[in-house]
Amino acid sequence: MQRKQSINDFVIKFANVNGTGSASANGMFAKAIFRMGIPVSPRNIFPSNIQGLPTWYEVRVSRDGYLGRRGGIDMMVSVNPQSFAKDISEVEPGGYMLYDSTKPLDLRHVRRDIHYLGIPLTEMCLREYTDSRQRQLFKNVIYVGALSALLNIDFSILKDLVGEQFKGKEKLITPNIHALEMGYQFAISHFECPLGIHLKAGEQVPQHIKEFDHILMDGNTAAALGAVYAGATVAAWYPITPSTSVVDAFEKYCRRLRIDPGTGKKNYAIVQAEDELSAMGMVIGANWSGARAFTATSGPGVSLMSEFLGLAYFAEVPAVLVDVQRAGPSTGMPTRTQQSDILAAAYASHGDTKHVLFFPATPAECFSMTVEAFDLAERLQTPIIIMSDLDLGMNEWMSPPLEFDDSYRYDRGKVLSGEDLEAMTERFGRYLDVDGDGIPYRTYPGAHPTKGAYFTRGSSRDEYAAYTEDGDVYVRNMDRLLKKFETAKSLVPEAKIKPAAEPTQDALLFFGTTASPAYEALETLEKEGIHLDTLRLRSFPFTQEVEDFIEEHDRIFVIEQNRDGQMRRLLLNETNVEANAKLISVVEYNGLPVTARKIASVIRSHMGINNVTPLVPKEKELVS
Amino acid sequence: MTYAKPAFRHPDAKTNEVGCTRRDYEGGLSTLCAGCGHDSISAAIIDACYELSIEPHRVAKLSGIGCSSKTPAYFLSGSHSFNSVHGRMPSVATGANLANRDLIYIGVSGDGDTASIGMGQFAHVMRRNLNMTYIVENNGCYGLTKGQDSATMDTESVSKKGDINPYMPIDLVRVGIEIGATFVGRSFSGDKAQLVPLIKAAISHRGFALLDVISPCVTFNNHQGSTKSYASFRDHRDAMPVDFIPRREAITTSYDAGVVHEACMHDGSVLRLQKVNEEYNIEDPQSALEAIAHHAKEDRILTGLLYIKRDSEELHDVLQTAAKPLNTMTQRELCPGSRFLDSINAGLR
Repeated sequence: MQRKQSINDFVIKFANVNGTGSASANGMFAKAIFRMGIPVSPRNIFPSNIQGLPTWYEVRVSRDGYLGRRGGIDMMVSVNPQSFAKDISEVEPGGYMLYDSTKPLDLRHVRRDIHYLGIPLTEMCLREYTDSRQRQLFKNVIYVGALSALLNIDFSILKDLVGEQFKGKEKLITPNIHALEMGYQFAISHFECPLGIHLKAGEQVPQHIKEFDHILMDGNTAAALGAVYAGATVAAWYPITPSTSVVDAFEKYCRRLRIDPGTGKKNYAIVQAEDELSAMGMVIGANWSGARAFTATSGPGVSLMSEFLGLAYFAEVPAVLVDVQRAGPSTGMPTRTQQSDILAAAYASHGDTKHVLFFPATPAECFSMTVEAFDLAERLQTPIIIMSDLDLGMNEWMSPPLEFDDSYRYDRGKVLSGEDLEAMTERFGRYLDVDGDGIPYRTYPGAHPTKGAYFTRGSSRDEYAAYTEDGDVYVRNMDRLLKKFETAKSLVPEAKIKPAAEPTQDALLFFGTTASPAYEALETLEKEGIHLDTLRLRSFPFTQEVEDFIEEHDRIFVIEQNRDGQMRRLLLNETNVEANAKLISVVEYNGLPVTARKIASVIRSHMGINNVTPLVPKEKELVS
Repeated sequence: MTYAKPAFRHPDAKTNEVGCTRRDYEGGLSTLCAGCGHDSISAAIIDACYELSIEPHRVAKLSGIGCSSKTPAYFLSGSHSFNSVHGRMPSVATGANLANRDLIYIGVSGDGDTASIGMGQFAHVMRRNLNMTYIVENNGCYGLTKGQDSATMDTESVSKKGDINPYMPIDLVRVGIEIGATFVGRSFSGDKAQLVPLIKAAISHRGFALLDVISPCVTFNNHQGSTKSYASFRDHRDAMPVDFIPRREAITTSYDAGVVHEACMHDGSVLRLQKVNEEYNIEDPQSALEAIAHHAKEDRILTGLLYIKRDSEELHDVLQTAAKPLNTMTQRELCPGSRFLDSINAGLR
């Protein structure tokens, strides 16, 4: 039997039971590879459950620096009998299966085209430990130790990581290292180490990886840091997967940075609201009063916040919302990823509403775009929605380091202070388009004893904020809001356009977490002689360059992670290009991040190249 | 309906401590029906703010949706105001208050806005003891949509169409006391003598002050058979007179009979009221609930200050927010700068 051979280029998947402590051991495994300087991208594929159901951790090692999902599994670490049948079927021929050999393999599912590595994890733990929790936890540490030998992981890095993880709980360090060593020794004495697939430090890495001193970080933490750096002082939220860690991380950093050491008083306020409606109401109230406030949620929360988003759009109140998307509709698959809130977010609320959206693709962008969102929300006096997703928000990504320019100053937008009002001779008109950009001036409550007070409402009003049902005045206001949206085009993050090596009329268009597998598919196709220009969208409203790009190409593949091709529809709706025939949807909506192989194969089939051997063999061929 | 407001100002109009006349606390002309109880409440708010010598711009007015929620346009035109979303005023008030703890927050809501669509936010804003005055202009019906029963409508009260309400009413003061409001009063739009001092006391209270003010709907709910009509309410009401004596002012009012209770507020002002009986301790929630229930059983409605907890932790105390309003914090105070980010990056390698 052929065994898979590869250095620094493989996919390993861990099949665990939720709540058994596998997450920290698996995280340590991925981090060790990262520390060895080898490009790695780990992903949690977890159930909506706290304890007992199957959970997976997929780690891709890519010497070419591809961070998206590739597709296919080269090695399975199987410690969950519940999912054994499915897990074993996913391994590619010639791949490896590490399993707990305390009990014999379930022969009904055994295949002959893969290589087995049995380690009696349960037995070793029963022998070594008396405490039942330890017996469970150390199984994970033992297999990481074994993988260290099997895959050539630098053992000293693992020891360092254990030391860092248990800093302050020193008595846990020795038993953890002992467990790692047990696994290591078992592997060395029972298997030929390293395996055909293994790691090697010091290998060449591609330029885009070499360029930065990368960090390993999740997008939610990065967005939270963005809120800290943007000077957010109020966070109101309602717990919902996969966004919860945004506010958790915000609180963690605020505790460190925003408590006055003298008085113990806080320069921030975090309120766990009774629901998402209330969370958004608080954000709007705080922003109305001049504090930078934000919330984080996911699809169901966006639905609940819609009414308030419409109010903020119409009453012109800034707000920042981090939408960490998951699979919908309704409760959908709460722990699986999608990019399926695009239309719901772009048009959230009744009546003619449109919202500014940002599409970060990396943790570094989650950080920088969150900082930018607070500026733009205040500049435009409207909500900004940061469209992250579960894959980006909750998984650790290799990312360029976070950067902040100390000379940068917040843009608080058009706000008249008490002094401004004092010096003003003309009458203050809250909704008066003084500068011709559709953006009026605002005042904070309490700014001046006699000037600048106005009535904020969701009902129609004139330029001086007085209630009116005069249709002409209403239309004037609605048109000004549209003009403001036009102004937004000059302020939002621009799209990233990359021309192909050879002139082409074909293009790929994508955004957010679809970017990594799309760039990878692009390189694969390039090697096959298929050339495509690319455009990575970073915001809505669409800028002129997006329209030009669509105009200039005959065929544009729009890659996104939802069923209905929502971004394609938004492009058709919101650009002035006749594009219905040329925009081709490439979608994935099974809740897992789209793979490079899938993108490449769909594009190949559109190109009429059908005689390509599929990279992923069909399931029935796998099971012997 | 009056459609123009006279510009005339009396040259000798009295001014208060901050140099404002009563006119400075007025707002735009009301567009509510002539005789609406809500307009009397607006007038009472104007009196209360004038008498307390509050600078109008130090007040933020908030409301939801409905007849009641329109009224912030009819008082204190020198204050910022936010007429928000139906039933969601408490969250907007919470956000505004978190941003700037130095302003006085007056929320106006109705029985539909509070007891139906907004019941969740109403409950939670009380639970958090947000420092604000929350006035419910309670008329038992939905006026703007032409008179449907609301959740505060009494069982067997007859609607204008003749339908008998089969449902249990939600008694907002009882809900308030149960859930954690630290100042709970009930009054009547037609009793200025009780309402004005109650509003003054509510504004001076540190924490969440709930005022359930029965305010008859002259158009849809003022007929015979309705329990929220002027006539019915006057007949079934037991009033506990209230006096509010601002800080440094001599106490001059005296009651002839009954049990007088005096309470010193956190700012040094004094609240003086006449209770219905000796046993009723307005600082004990159980005693207050019993008194309310006892009156209800006798088909009487108890009004006045029903419950007060003078020393409580309002939301900012719980959150330990800085004394300086969050909306005045500068980038210097809030942004950690690139050096800290370098240490974050280092920790992620």
